[in-house]
Amino acid sequence: MSEATTLKLRGLKKAFGEQVVLGGIDMDIPLGSHTTVIGKSGTGKSVLLKCISGLMAPDAGSIAAGDEKGAPPCSYMFQQNALFDSMTVEENVALPLREKGKAKATEIKKRVSDLLEQLDLTAARKKYPAEISGGMKKRVALARALITNPEIILFDEPTTGLDPQRKYSVFDMIRSYRKRFGFTVIMVSHDVPEVFEISDKIAWLDAGEIKYWGTPDDLLANPPEDLKPFLNPQLSPA
Amino acid sequence: MISKVGRHSIRLVSELGELAGFSGKASVALPGQRHIMEKLTRSIFEIGVRCVPITLIVGLFTGLVLGLQLYYVLTKFSSESLLGQAVALSIILEIGPVFTAIMIVGQAGSALSAEIGIQRNAEQIDALHTMQINPIGFLVSPRLWAAIIAFPILTTFFDLIGIYGGYLTGVELLGVDPGAYWNRIYEAVSVQNIVNGLLKALVFGIVTTMICAFQGYYTHLKSDIPGARGVSQTTTRAVVYSSIAILMFDYLITSFQMAS
Ligand SMILES: Nc1ncnc2c1ncn2[C@@H]1O[C@H](COP(=O)(O)OP(=O)(O)O)[C@@H](O)[C@H]1O
Ligand SMILES: [Mg+2]
Repeated sequence: MSEATTLKLRGLKKAFGEQVVLGGIDMDIPLGSHTTVIGKSGTGKSVLLKCISGLMAPDAGSIAAGDEKGAPPCSYMFQQNALFDSMTVEENVALPLREKGKAKATEIKKRVSDLLEQLDLTAARKKYPAEISGGMKKRVALARALITNPEIILFDEPTTGLDPQRKYSVFDMIRSYRKRFGFTVIMVSHDVPEVFEISDKIAWLDAGEIKYWGTPDDLLANPPEDLKPFLNPQLSPA
Repeated sequence: MISKVGRHSIRLVSELGELAGFSGKASVALPGQRHIMEKLTRSIFEIGVRCVPITLIVGLFTGLVLGLQLYYVLTKFSSESLLGQAVALSIILEIGPVFTAIMIVGQAGSALSAEIGIQRNAEQIDALHTMQINPIGFLVSPRLWAAIIAFPILTTFFDLIGIYGGYLTGVELLGVDPGAYWNRIYEAVSVQNIVNGLLKALVFGIVTTMICAFQGYYTHLKSDIPGARGVSQTTTRAVVYSSIAILMFDYLITSFQMAS
């Protein structure tokens, strides 16, 4: 790993035809921290993550960690989990190790079974994704993202569709693994304000720009006017 | 009108170019993969299990019908003793490779296209990218090499059972002399004929697998509305284009083989 301490995004732009999704994003994300990106659906949060991970090439701008061009090795947890339905839970989690890297078969087996144990998935290890619940699928996807010990993990709405208890357990898991392994988390979430408890920084993406960037405490103490309805949504008076 | 034709031709040419590039990547990506034998055997097994029954059934009935048709043509020239040769050559050179390929496209090609299309929509292909696994190498290459192996084998099954079908009608039903039937085959069918037939099967295997995989892989770009509807669209297209390609290549290869 390089000596870099921040992941620098400079002038990231992305448009689909006429529609400008990212209009020049600048961010300094401290490595090892947890940044949560919030914003309305369809504003380009997933596009931002895909640009950071290298899945999507931005139209302009750069991403660098220190002197190195591009982001360091990223794992990505997809909004729809993206598990392989013809593989068992165990095979899905082992996939990145089996297809890449230097780990031997016995080591892979051990790492996978340890991780499944920790994520409470041991009973489901021979099951196929279609046979397990939505919350379990999320945990399998998390396990697959963690198994390679990446430097950065990008989470795209990891808790969407989970009941409150599962939601907290996923947040807990992300926090405790980050403490333990020291990876950087960049996460998209709608779970405001619960997600603030585990975040170091909040980025508010709106209309293609980062309209707010700071700690959750500052945000709550002094929220921008436009963001208030997002933090505290209310029904309009009947 | 002319500009429309022009636009379509340009699109066709650029599409063919993309298909060629995709095929190039798929053909060289296999060595970069791990567990190659495992992936290859699984793919061959998939095609085999799906296609052996239908190949045998269609092969048998084709032989039966062919025996009947050719018998009535040949009796007109009092040369029904040529039946074995006529059945065997038409199956080995033409009907075997073409019918087998069309059957495999219907069974395995459509499934391949739909599976890869769904994987695209479920972000599984993106997931492979983020794991630094080459998705074309992982998903397409084993299928391509499996097709190269499986198409000639299934075609051979079709040929054998088809020739047996011709025997059933010709000899058992219509009374052609069994010795004459088999002897004419031994005498008339050369090794070159068999090679030519299997060569067709090989080319059909490559072309159809690439078309089906290509359609599925880019379903998000090639359908009007990506999603379930998009996958059904691209799957249909994969089968139609593959069938056309089989007949086009059949004509091309036949003319080359005749000329040489
Ligand atoms: N591959 C793509 N092609 C065209 N438009 C896209 C593509 N990906 C995303 N978009 C558009 O970009 C916008 C932002 O999408 P997305 O990042 O998924 O939003 P969200 O913030 O909800 O994650 C949407 O309007 C979407 O239609
Ligand atoms: Mg999204």
